[in-house]
Amino acid sequence: MNGTVIEATGLAKHYGKAVAVAGIDLRIDAGEVIGLLGPNGAGKTTTILMLLGLTEVTRGTVRILGRDPLRQPLEVKRTVGYLPDAVGFYEQMTGRENLAYTARLAGLPGERARERIDAALAKVRLSDVADRRVSTYSRGMRQRLGIAELLMRDCRVAILDEPTSGLDPQSTQELLDLIQELSREGMTVLLSSHMLDVVQSVCHRVALFNKGRIGFFGTLDELAARIGGGAYLIDVEAENIDLGQVAAGAEGVKSVSGTGEGRWQVEAETDIRPRLARLIVEAGGSLRNLDLRRMRLDEAYNRYFREFSHEA
Amino acid sequence: MKREGSPLTGVAAIALKEAADHMTSARMHLIMLLVLLTAIGAVYGAIGRIRETTAEDPFLFLKLLTVAREPLPSFTSFLGFLLPLVAIALGFDAINGEFARRTMSRLLAQPIYRDAILFGKFLGGLLVIGIALLTLWLLMTGLGILFLGLPPSGGDVARGIAYLAATLAYAGVWLALAIAFSSFIRSPATSALAALSVWLVMTVFWGMIVPFVASVIAPLDPLDPMSVLAQFEAQQAVARLSPQTLYSEITAMLLDPAARSVGPLFLTQLQGAVIGAPLATADSLLIVWPQISGLVAAMILLFTIAYVVFQRQEVRA
Repeated sequence: MNGTVIEATGLAKHYGKAVAVAGIDLRIDAGEVIGLLGPNGAGKTTTILMLLGLTEVTRGTVRILGRDPLRQPLEVKRTVGYLPDAVGFYEQMTGRENLAYTARLAGLPGERARERIDAALAKVRLSDVADRRVSTYSRGMRQRLGIAELLMRDCRVAILDEPTSGLDPQSTQELLDLIQELSREGMTVLLSSHMLDVVQSVCHRVALFNKGRIGFFGTLDELAARIGGGAYLIDVEAENIDLGQVAAGAEGVKSVSGTGEGRWQVEAETDIRPRLARLIVEAGGSLRNLDLRRMRLDEAYNRYFREFSHEA
Repeated sequence: MKREGSPLTGVAAIALKEAADHMTSARMHLIMLLVLLTAIGAVYGAIGRIRETTAEDPFLFLKLLTVAREPLPSFTSFLGFLLPLVAIALGFDAINGEFARRTMSRLLAQPIYRDAILFGKFLGGLLVIGIALLTLWLLMTGLGILFLGLPPSGGDVARGIAYLAATLAYAGVWLALAIAFSSFIRSPATSALAALSVWLVMTVFWGMIVPFVASVIAPLDPLDPMSVLAQFEAQQAVARLSPQTLYSEITAMLLDPAARSVGPLFLTQLQGAVIGAPLATADSLLIVWPQISGLVAAMILLFTIAYVVFQRQEVRA
């Protein structure tokens, strides 16, 4: 299960004069979980549709497991599962019937389809409600039913468009656990999301979309490095002191910014908590709290779009 | 660019699922109840009338479908009027309904071509209409046997089956129309309204528009007797643009073995003819063959329009 699963080169899509995707390159290896990030209208969904062959490309090529989605769409769609944004099911049919229908479309023979459906439903913990109409399902259950469909079809690649949008925290966590489980079993997962903490917890690499291009593609650490900030953030609480003056220019400190009365955020290249503590105490301040954490993805993301939106 | 794999993969699965959906939908139950009630009413009226008037007729069972007793119209005119309604009810949300339910992108991500979705939906609707028509026809025949006490003859059955096939083609025209509307109008309610207005124009208003159009195309000249014929022929040609006209001509020929022509007949053409003698079933069919071809052609044309529109549509709703 090694090697390149998805390869896109110079992919572009124009709608009339409007450019939705302006030429992107993407290379995804087997078993990876990739997050597609970016503001609305940045071209994430269009890219997904082009990867699946559901919309024609204006320029560029796509290969999924070595196949062209426009020339061999059936082969590609057999190996790639797609869970669209706000997935819909036939409301009047039960969850099991919905899966049975897609199994027939995929050409699975009846007996094997039944086994696979049962196994898939058990895995997403929908066995109890499998014979209830989908109209009674909550949003989280629908998303899990969508995942069950991918499991049932035994896809090697799963493309999930906004899988967690509109889900409550618990359903989100359940879905993320499922995605991680799929990835451990060797499935390549491509997911787009606005919820950055979601992407952070499951993705190996992220692609930042901006105005139809991929501005950045790599791991979170690489993203932090690329943005130029230190990878470490220290939240400081202290009294009787102006940390902005005291710590600015100290060794290892990249920047200091106030976040409230007596609170600062210090950006550093390494863990400089002892040095900070000493500086504060020596300057006569009383230290209340020092908290070290890595840069969260949403911070990196916001900073990226602040700094690079004029490029690209 | 050549694509691999058959575009018909999955057609059967989609057609059967659509048919099953229609069979269990409240919409279909309501409209079939309407059709059934009117059909039974019409045939019951016809039976009463046949008992009163006809002593001996070789094609008694066909009379069952065509004879009317005031104020009820005959079974065939009922069907000609209501069948489009059934077809529209089955097809008006075929494509845009999938978008509205947000199932379209998931459906297209299955290993099937788009072609299969449209074919499957059309075949599914046609299958349901076919089953309903067959049931209706058997029911009418059964009623006839019960009340008239006679079994249908071979000729009755042959003409009945030809009539059923033509009726299916007629329903297919309206189903294709409804599906075409559903593929280029995004809101199911609007596409239903659009299809219904075409139905109203074709079945109710077309008959009023036709003489007017014909008099413009071929004006009457009081000094030229042939201009009367020219206008009549123009009128017929314009009227035949409506599937309703084609269908009623087919019905008239197939269910009345004594009918000789759907157009104007001259006395000279009737020389030597035995008036009232039945034609062979094949001969009757031959006379309305152009009409049947016309219906099938209209169905294919409308389906092609739907097909082209749907194939070019963006998936993203």
